Amino acid sequence: MLAAHLDPLAGAIFSVLAIAAMLLSFVMIASRWLKDYMLAFGAQSWLIALLSVAVARFGHYPELYLIAILTVLFRGLLLPYLLLRILRRLNVDREMTPALQPSSALVIGAAAVIFALVVAERITQAIGLTADVVVLALTVMLTIELVGFLMLSVRHEAISQVMGVLLLENGIFLGSQILIPGMPTLIELVVLFDLLVAVVCFGALVGFLVREVGSTSTRDLNRLVG
Amino acid sequence: MEVAIIAFVPLLGALAAISLRGRGAGFANLAASTGVLAAALPLPFVVQDAAAYYWGGYVVVDPFGAWVDLCTACVYFLASLHAIGYMRAGGRQRRLPEFYALFALFACTMLIAPLMANVGIYWITIELTTLVSTFLVGWEREPESLEAAWKYIIIVSAGISLALLGTVLLYWCGSLVLGPTYDMTWNQLASVAPRLDPVLLKLSFLLLLIGFGTKVGLAPMHTWLPDAHSEGPAPVSAMLSGALLNTATIGIVRSLFITDAAGVGRLPHAALVVLGVFSVFVGALFIVRQHGIKRLMAYSSVEHMGVIALGFGFGGALGVFGALYHMLLHSLNKSLMFFGAGNAMHRYASKRIEDLREVLRAFPVTGWLWLGGAVAITGAPPFGLFLSEFSVLRGGFVSPNVWAAWLMLLLLIVIFIGFLNHFRVMYFVRCEATRAPAVIDGDRDRPAGGSFGGRSQDDRDLDGRGRQRAFEVPPHPATSILWCGLPMWLAFLPLLVLGLWWPASLRALFRVIAGSLGVAP
Repeated sequence: MLAAHLDPLAGAIFSVLAIAAMLLSFVMIASRWLKDYMLAFGAQSWLIALLSVAVARFGHYPELYLIAILTVLFRGLLLPYLLLRILRRLNVDREMTPALQPSSALVIGAAAVIFALVVAERITQAIGLTADVVVLALTVMLTIELVGFLMLSVRHEAISQVMGVLLLENGIFLGSQILIPGMPTLIELVVLFDLLVAVVCFGALVGFLVREVGSTSTRDLNRLVG
Repeated sequence: MEVAIIAFVPLLGALAAISLRGRGAGFANLAASTGVLAAALPLPFVVQDAAAYYWGGYVVVDPFGAWVDLCTACVYFLASLHAIGYMRAGGRQRRLPEFYALFALFACTMLIAPLMANVGIYWITIELTTLVSTFLVGWEREPESLEAAWKYIIIVSAGISLALLGTVLLYWCGSLVLGPTYDMTWNQLASVAPRLDPVLLKLSFLLLLIGFGTKVGLAPMHTWLPDAHSEGPAPVSAMLSGALLNTATIGIVRSLFITDAAGVGRLPHAALVVLGVFSVFVGALFIVRQHGIKRLMAYSSVEHMGVIALGFGFGGALGVFGALYHMLLHSLNKSLMFFGAGNAMHRYASKRIEDLREVLRAFPVTGWLWLGGAVAITGAPPFGLFLSEFSVLRGGFVSPNVWAAWLMLLLLIVIFIGFLNHFRVMYFVRCEATRAPAVIDGDRDRPAGGSFGGRSQDDRDLDGRGRQRAFEVPPHPATSILWCGLPMWLAFLPLLVLGLWWPASLRALFRVIAGSLGVAP
């Protein structure tokens, strides 16, 4: 596979981009401002697009240039724009009552990185691919997953939960660029499209929530129990 | 040909529904569902051994996929019939074309999902089913239904993203053997399974199990299910429960097939069995102390998905046969139960079990059908689910997980008592005369609830008032009896017939499917 025998320069570029993307996911758990989430998500998507370009360049996967362009268009521009539109419709601009303060969430996030690293080490040892880039890609992918779930569980605003789901997808997409660059283009295209539809649906539902329930905090969605 | 009908007729139905005004939309959807049923009924028997590939290998028609499509098509047809009567009695008439268009689209996504040969594309179709059905769950636009829709889309999207992670790892796992670019079809992966790395394969299986298991409603990932199933309109609940859960099950079973072919030990089966038992357990707990009639049905779905998971988890011919039979019977039976619940909710203007009393006075005919369905869904003879659950149990006793079979037996008895106790109270406990619904001559069996849409938001605090209003609504045309009663008959009769007689052609079909899943009959 590609990541197993890379020249050091390519390895370094991949690593920097992956780590930067991972750090951006920490912006989300460290901030309370909903707009920051959107910006972090947008920036993360741009980094992933750069990563696609790097993989295309060093791994000789020309179709990834197309994916990179589409990633920028969809994840980097269109999705943040849609999110911004949702944000404008809301009457809140930050998390009022997170279940966990950003500082404590950061500590848990740090623990998540360590956990992800241990898991990645174990997996790569089991399959005999111990190249640094592979371990790093797995670590970053798992970390972003865990941070995404953290967002889903400790934030109450509807938009934060949408961001959590988008973060999950971004993490997987990032990992797949390094681990499986040869994935058929069709699948990646459909996943991109699917994400777009998903965000439109999220947006419509948030609109209904604002109109009918008058609140977008999932704290207020507590009627159905038992 | 059949495949094209199954895939495109619902799309046409959706287009027709959105472009037709008034009542035509419902009939356009019904016509589409009839076409689908006609194409899907013979399909599994036509396919037999030879899995046929279409559209560049992305679509596969194999017996298993065709079987799940058959279940889906049955539910789609019955629900379309019921929707005409049910939606007419509800509010929001102006948006009905939109409803039917979404309904047909939802059916379309569910019908194509089992036929997807590529793991990645299958994942996407499953995600699409969620996106479409969210709006059906939130159809009433009441705070409760929007809450249910929101929980549904968030929990399922998060869960299904784990399945995507599993898919990516599975692709990676395959790429170590097959090279960087290959078609990730279920069969391709199964054919190279023995050479796949066992650790990575087990990891991706577990992720796929949790991910698709969220969609199946296996406990403890079931939390969206009771909300979504209880807040949508009754035909949508039937589709969610009877059809959607099966289409997600197929993903788990096909991944299980890959791990079986790889021979990675007992972990995958054990994981499925544990989730299955836990689902039956959670179902039992919440069935015994339940106050919402549709939530009762929803937890029963959790239980039955647990039984299906147990069947495939136990493995062997008996387990797989039982699980396959259970899929169809549960689809029919749960549709029947949701139709009955929907009619009763309209009639009594409440979804609390406490408010439904003396059902037989309100529904002299279909009341008996509903009661029969309740007996059937607890797995009592002479109905079909007795045969399938019995088969799953027998499969359990010869499998390595005998403990799970004993536990399942115990829990099924608890569920039998708990579920039927609710029905005993609803049917046979007398209440003071004022609380009973009046039966107005000439409109028996009709769903009453002209202003249902506006009322459901507060039905918890509505007591006498809500019921009072139910008597005031003007009688519905006699056709409602037809539309609300007919699908119940159509679900009930096969349930009884298949309980008395397990057709030889089905046995032969199950043998073929079990063979294609690597289980020697």
